[in-house]
Amino acid sequence: MAQTVFEPWEDPDQKPLIQFRNVTKRFGAFTAIDNLSLDIFEREFFALLGPSGCGKTTMMRMLAGFEAVSEGAIYLSGQDIGPVPPNKRAVNMMFQSYALFPHLSIWDNIAFGLKRDRLPKNAIGDRVSEMLKLTRLEKFAHRKPHQISGGQRQRVALARSLAKAPKLLLLDEPLGALDKKLRQDTQFELMDIQEKTGTTFVIVTHDQEEAMTVASRVAVMDEGRLIQVDTPARIYETPTSVYVADFIGDVNIIEGHGTKSGDGYDVTFAEGQPVLHAKTSRDLGSAGKCYLAIRPEKVSISAEKPEGKTNLVKGAILDIAYLGNLSTYHVKLASGQIIKAQTANTRRIARRDLTWEDEVWLSWTETAAVVLES
Amino acid sequence: MRRFTWFNATSLTLGFAFLYIPMIILIIYSFNASKLVTVWAGFSTRWYGELLQNEAFLSAAWVTIKVAVASSTIATVLGTMAAYILIRGGRFWGRTLFSGMIYAPLVMPEVITGLSLLLLFIGIGLDRGILTIVLAHTTFSMCFVSVVVSSRLVNFDRSLEEAALDLGCSPFEAFRLVTLPIIAPAVISGWLLAFTLSLDDLVIASFTAGPSATTLPIKIFSSIRLGVSPEINALSTILIVIVTIGVITASLVSKRASLRMQAEERAAVRN
Repeated sequence: MAQTVFEPWEDPDQKPLIQFRNVTKRFGAFTAIDNLSLDIFEREFFALLGPSGCGKTTMMRMLAGFEAVSEGAIYLSGQDIGPVPPNKRAVNMMFQSYALFPHLSIWDNIAFGLKRDRLPKNAIGDRVSEMLKLTRLEKFAHRKPHQISGGQRQRVALARSLAKAPKLLLLDEPLGALDKKLRQDTQFELMDIQEKTGTTFVIVTHDQEEAMTVASRVAVMDEGRLIQVDTPARIYETPTSVYVADFIGDVNIIEGHGTKSGDGYDVTFAEGQPVLHAKTSRDLGSAGKCYLAIRPEKVSISAEKPEGKTNLVKGAILDIAYLGNLSTYHVKLASGQIIKAQTANTRRIARRDLTWEDEVWLSWTETAAVVLES
Repeated sequence: MRRFTWFNATSLTLGFAFLYIPMIILIIYSFNASKLVTVWAGFSTRWYGELLQNEAFLSAAWVTIKVAVASSTIATVLGTMAAYILIRGGRFWGRTLFSGMIYAPLVMPEVITGLSLLLLFIGIGLDRGILTIVLAHTTFSMCFVSVVVSSRLVNFDRSLEEAALDLGCSPFEAFRLVTLPIIAPAVISGWLLAFTLSLDDLVIASFTAGPSATTLPIKIFSSIRLGVSPEINALSTILIVIVTIGVITASLVSKRASLRMQAEERAAVRN
């Protein structure tokens, strides 16, 4: 059964729900957001990802209306929201601390926003029951926030921010306070709820795994700028900079000198080592310093020399990290570089034949490595 | 590791004796039948009866309560507003000066506060009476309220207010529906503090009271100068009893509240 692919960012006729137009935000002399432009589309699950202090939370607070834009403008459905105070925006936020009102019951917390809209009583009741059902909290309606567990509080915060059916829901590190197992379950729950309600979600996180799991597109940020905005797969497979390649997942970065050759580049990286070849459509000019980024799982490792490989290097196993389902081998080349190779442990441990100090061959295909500019 | 030793027992006895012997003597002598304060002439409740007939004392007590309720209420409203703007107002122009000026009356000698208020009231031609005492008490107890409330607001999670704004509250609604209910205990204890301060203030009240209104502390102090009457012992005993009941009730209520909270949290963990 074929599904239509959800890719509004590829369609030039689509009107974005949110537009950042040359937005700059300064706190005194510090520039938190630097001349940033970005389009987010309806029904997207958009992740802002970056280390702390990269400006992702500032972006979110500007969308919610808690921070004013210094320069540029933000549009929501085509309307400049600069002059609109937070209580008049069709945007709701789920806070990192959840910010549940401790003096109100779960029911009253969820009804809080609806009551502000002066809705009739039975309409409020219906909507609250719907939200309680969506987040599986029916049993806890009359408890106070301090009487429920962390995971339940997180769901109350979500229910409360969704109750007003906002055009846009902002989630500030929504799963930060949960332990790993609960976080993974909740990620899928979030995706499920986002799909059911059809709300546009913008999530702020520093956890790249979380961003990759939930988001339709990820924006990697650093020092107030967008480094790359793309689907999780493309962020991972074809990063456009060393920063992104290094920030997302595990990667081998090989520095070398590139020369254009055929449909890619030949890269010499060390004395006595073979020339590596990588296919790319990108043009780095005729020659110069460049980087190759290769994911460890795309490097195959073997004890015997494989036949007919373009990229083939030899080294000795320095370290083995056994993760249960995977093993990562740190292989030291004769020229000193360490290259990581990852294999799935599909066989029982007794059947594996590689160990410390073993001489091994590493190889990868022409398309496995990504050529990046310096 | 509780050990009863003679040393512990002696310290305990001496400490409590130091604190409470004066009050115990006062209570005992309030039941003295004799008119002479220092001579014991048998048990009697006669002075309690006479106290209830004493118009001057009763009207002073009534004035004191009216002043305390009015001034502590006004001081709570003003003090809470001042605390809120100091903690939440960000870095507005003159903030440091403003916060310094709010807390200055805490360390200002009462005589000076009283004198300056007296000069002000004479200057603007305000007749001294209940109104002037209320104004004076509001002035000096407001800073106590703002200290109590601002120490609570410092620990208040700002995102609760932001959440209220986000869900459609105006800034005033956010204060009324979220901030105020949560800081209510601090506001109430601020009110109680202001009430107590007003109740036993002698210095400032004697500067600002007029012939039309006298508070109980002034009345007691001025009648002492004519000799200690057993009626005053009776009155003081009543005050001690009222204060004791108040303190015990307040601590019982807060203890029960915290016990209930703990029980609820235990129940939540079990679920």
